[in-house]
Order: sequence, then structure tokens, then C-alpha cells
Amino acid sequence: MRYIEQEKVVRRMNGRMVVNRVFQGLFMFATALALLALVILLYRIVSQGAGHLSLDFLTNFASRFPDQAGIKAALVGSIWLMAVVAPTSILLGVGSAIYLEEYAKKGRITTFIQMNISNLAGVPSVVFGLLGLTIFVRALALGNSILAAGFTMSLLILPVIIVAAQEAIRSVPGELRDASYGMGATKWQTIVRIILPAAIPGILTGSILALSRAIGETAPLIVVGIPVIIQFLPEGVMDTFTALPMQIYDWSSRPQAEFQTVAAAGIIVLMVVLLFMNSVAVFIRNKFDKSY
Amino acid sequence: MRTSVQELIAKSKDKKSKKIIEKLIPVLLFLIASVSVLTTIGIVLTLIIETVTFFTRVPLSEFILGTTWLPFANSGAQFGIWPLIVGTLKITGIAIVVAVPIGISAAIYLSEYASDNVRRVVKPVLEVLAGVPTIVYGFFALTFVTPVLQSFFPEIKIFNAISPGIVVGIMIIPMIASLSEDAMSSVPKSIRDGALAMGSTKFEVAWKITVPAALSGIIASVVLGLSRAIGETMIVSLAAGSTPKFDGDFTGSIQTMTAYIVQVSKGDAGYGTTIYYSIYAVGFTLFLFTMAMNILAGYMSKRFREEY
Repeated sequence: MRYIEQEKVVRRMNGRMVVNRVFQGLFMFATALALLALVILLYRIVSQGAGHLSLDFLTNFASRFPDQAGIKAALVGSIWLMAVVAPTSILLGVGSAIYLEEYAKKGRITTFIQMNISNLAGVPSVVFGLLGLTIFVRALALGNSILAAGFTMSLLILPVIIVAAQEAIRSVPGELRDASYGMGATKWQTIVRIILPAAIPGILTGSILALSRAIGETAPLIVVGIPVIIQFLPEGVMDTFTALPMQIYDWSSRPQAEFQTVAAAGIIVLMVVLLFMNSVAVFIRNKFDKSY
Repeated sequence: MRTSVQELIAKSKDKKSKKIIEKLIPVLLFLIASVSVLTTIGIVLTLIIETVTFFTRVPLSEFILGTTWLPFANSGAQFGIWPLIVGTLKITGIAIVVAVPIGISAAIYLSEYASDNVRRVVKPVLEVLAGVPTIVYGFFALTFVTPVLQSFFPEIKIFNAISPGIVVGIMIIPMIASLSEDAMSSVPKSIRDGALAMGSTKFEVAWKITVPAALSGIIASVVLGLSRAIGETMIVSLAAGSTPKFDGDFTGSIQTMTAYIVQVSKGDAGYGTTIYYSIYAVGFTLFLFTMAMNILAGYMSKRFREEY
């Protein structure tokens, strides 16, 4: 008995091949469409903003006049913001990751913390802004300072850093740990001298990527009440400030068409900063990535 | 006299300071780890407390049943949340229509058709797309997508739901594509090879084997995309306008929950006014929506996961 009717298979084969080709084309087209969106986006912004880029743009304060408007206050403000966010979020993130990976006993509490972290990652950034407004700006009376905005941003990217650090710590092979214990090292000595040095490339890469998200975030800053028009540079973490995305938001929402050019120039500066941070992250990953 | 290694270790273990450190560190780290839990508690408490204050001034029934959102009226301000929810759903709906077919197609292409070389190029580019700040997408929607749409459909206003909807869709494509691709890649190769050996075409393998097997992960990725679209703020603040409307109009100005929070925060509403508290009530509603989506996504990927 024949299970396969050869003629029927042959008759349908051509049609099936055509369907396969058509869908392959469709899937490819869809992928190309997504990539095309990125190309158009970048092209539009560069072609609009490149003309406004100059040294003056980097060294001028914001202005009512589009041709004099500069990004100095925002650029310096964003650097100040990162100076608060980077140590705060990395300290909290790596500390949490060490606890969860090295000390916590697998049980209800650990599962709860872990679940909480993944849920926290899904909370919209604007809601973090409301948290920052209530706790840091009002309750702790930090006002719309760099510190208040920095703490808010740190909490926002904390879940990302914790998860990245956990993965980095987990990928350190158990033999290294056992060898360290075997030589009589205590748990903390093992963590500080063996595990952390081995995990640092992964931790740094993840942290830089998280920080590059923080530097582009706008919504929490608006809700926390960060002003836009600032004609001075902050001198300490308790000063108020403005940041790159805030400045871009302000320029984009102005009705005059000239300010769109200024906004595009601002976006180029922001994207260059992001590109730089991402390149550093990729460099660290490639340079120090040891495979055990 | 020579001391043995054992003695050295024993001596070092006896040091008091070391013992204290070994005891203190876990406590300290536990405190640090609890910051993330405290953050969640802080968010929930903040939202609940300020929302309760809001409801001492505006009846709960008006908020959840009302279809007029008129917070800035001098007399007879109305706080019915539905116009903001409808605005959010318009954006989310368009975003999903754009992102789901493209995202899943890209995932199928990458996991079933693309060569390793193509994958090595396309995946990082998609990552770049995911890393673009939302303010940049907002600018793109306002200054490029809207004018392009207007040149085809003159009835579209400067502020509308379509353009930001499409751009939010573009924003979540990488997320849906990469999470779906992860789900498809985890389908074992042996099953694919089996189908191919039986004479299936690649499309049949993708459609009848890979996609059904990875369905839980694909759906989870879509739900997470939905959650991201609901919470998206800057694109809608820049390009969707600020007119809360309870209707089916997509071509004119609308307002989403997130855009309302931004509008009030920007306008510096005095602390303690009803408008000030209203952003917490709206924020709480937003939080519930996204939370439900995130829990649903987690449940989907756990409950229906096929183990191989």
C-alpha cells in the first residue's frame, strides 16, 4: 500500500513553493521596513539639524532667538544628572544583584523580590516621575534639584542594572568560587576578589546601556518639575538644572519652524552622546569578555 | 618558625573584625536589595494616598463613569476618565496594528529564513531602533510623519492620533521582534528538521511548527508591547495634542493619560489643587492598566510554555 500519492504531491508542490517564496518576500519586506524606519529617522534628523550645529550651539545658553539658541546648560545638566545617577544606580543595582545571587536563600522572599524587579521594569517612566515628585521633591524637600531628578532616574533604571549584574555574576564559573573557598577565603573575600572582578565587564556593559536610557528619558524630568529655560550652570547637586531631552522637548513643541532645526541639532548632540556610550559598552564587552 | 597554611587560615578566621564584616555585609546587601521592593511600595502608596485625596473632592462615580474630562474649566470642572482612556486606546490600537505584523514577520524572517550573516547585521540595528529616546520619536512624528500623512489625507490635523500611533508602533517593533525571535529560536531544531525532512517548505515549518510552538512567547511579546504603548509619554505629548475626547475621531487632536500628566506637570499646577491630585488618579489608572498587561504577559509565557 502506498501512503503517499506521488502525483498529488507533485501537483501541489509548485503551489507550495510559490507560497513559500511569497511569504519569504513578505517577511523580508517587513524586516526591511523596520530598518528603513531607522534610516529615514536618522536621515531626517541629520539633514535638518546639521546646518545648525556649530561650536556656538554647544557653548550658548538657550535663547528666544532660534539662531542664538544653544545647548550648553542642557549638556552640562545632563552630565551632572549622570554624575548622580551612575554611582547611585550602580551601587544599588550591584548590591542587590550580589545579595540575590550570593546570599539569598532560594525561597519565597527571593522569588518575591525577583518578581518585583521584573514588574518594576514594566512600570511607565511617567509613573516614576510621580513617585519622584512625591517622595524626593516634596517629602524629602529636595525641590527640583539635580539630586531629586537623579534619585528618580536611578530608581527607574535600577531593575535593568540589577538584571544585568545578576547575569554577569551568574556567568562566573563555580570552579573559581570553589577554588577561592578551598584556599580558605571567606565568602565576602571571594565576592570582592574573585567574583566581582570576573563579573565587572558584564556589569559595566549593562550599566552603561541602562545609563544611556536614563540620559534620553524625558517624562520623569517633566513630572519632577525640571525647568527648561536656564541661563546659568549648576554648581552643586542641590541646584536646579535642565537636561538634553528637556531642552529638545521644549524646542520641538515651539510653533516657530526655525526651532525645529534647533531641536534637530539638539537631537544630534543627544544621539552622539548615546552613540559614544554604546560604543564604550560594546568596547568593554569585546575587550574584557572572557569565556570560561 | 614556619607556620603552616592551615594555621594561617585558622588565625585569619579568628580575627574579630573579619567576623563582624562577614556578619554585617549580608545585612547591608539585604537592605540594598530591599530598595527595589521599597520602590514598588512607594509607587503604590504614593498613588493610592494622593488618589484618595483626589476622591475626597471628586466623586469616584464621576471619575470611573464620566465621559467628560474638563479639568481646567473655571466653574464646573469635570473629571470623567473615559476620554483619556479612549485616547490611550486609539494610540495603542494603531501601534499594535503597525507593530504586530511587522514585528512578528521580522521575527519569523530572522529565526527561519535569514542567514547568520544577515542576522548579525539586522539584530544590532533593531537594538539601535530600541535605544532611540522616545523624545526623538516624538519629534519624528510631529515634523515628519504628520506632514507626510497630511499630504495624502488633507483632513488630518497637525495634532492627531494616527501619526503618533504609527510612531509608537515603530518604537515597539524591536521589542516584539526580539522577544518573539527569542521564543522561536528556543523551539528545538530537531522538530524543524523533522518537518523539513518530511518535505515541508520553510514557510510550512514556520507557520505550522515554529509559530504554534512559540505562541506563548509571541503573545507575551505582544502584550508587553501593548503595555509599553499604553505607558508611552513623549511621542503622544508632542504629536497627539491635548484635547480629551470621547469619540472615534482619529484625525484631530486627542489626549492620552500620560499626555495629561505631562500637560499638568508642565503647567505648574499649584500644589494641593484638585488638578494636582488628578494626575495621581490618572497615574494610578495608568499603573493598573500596565500592571495588568505585565502580569498577563508573565502568566502567558509561564502557563502556556511548551517544554522541550
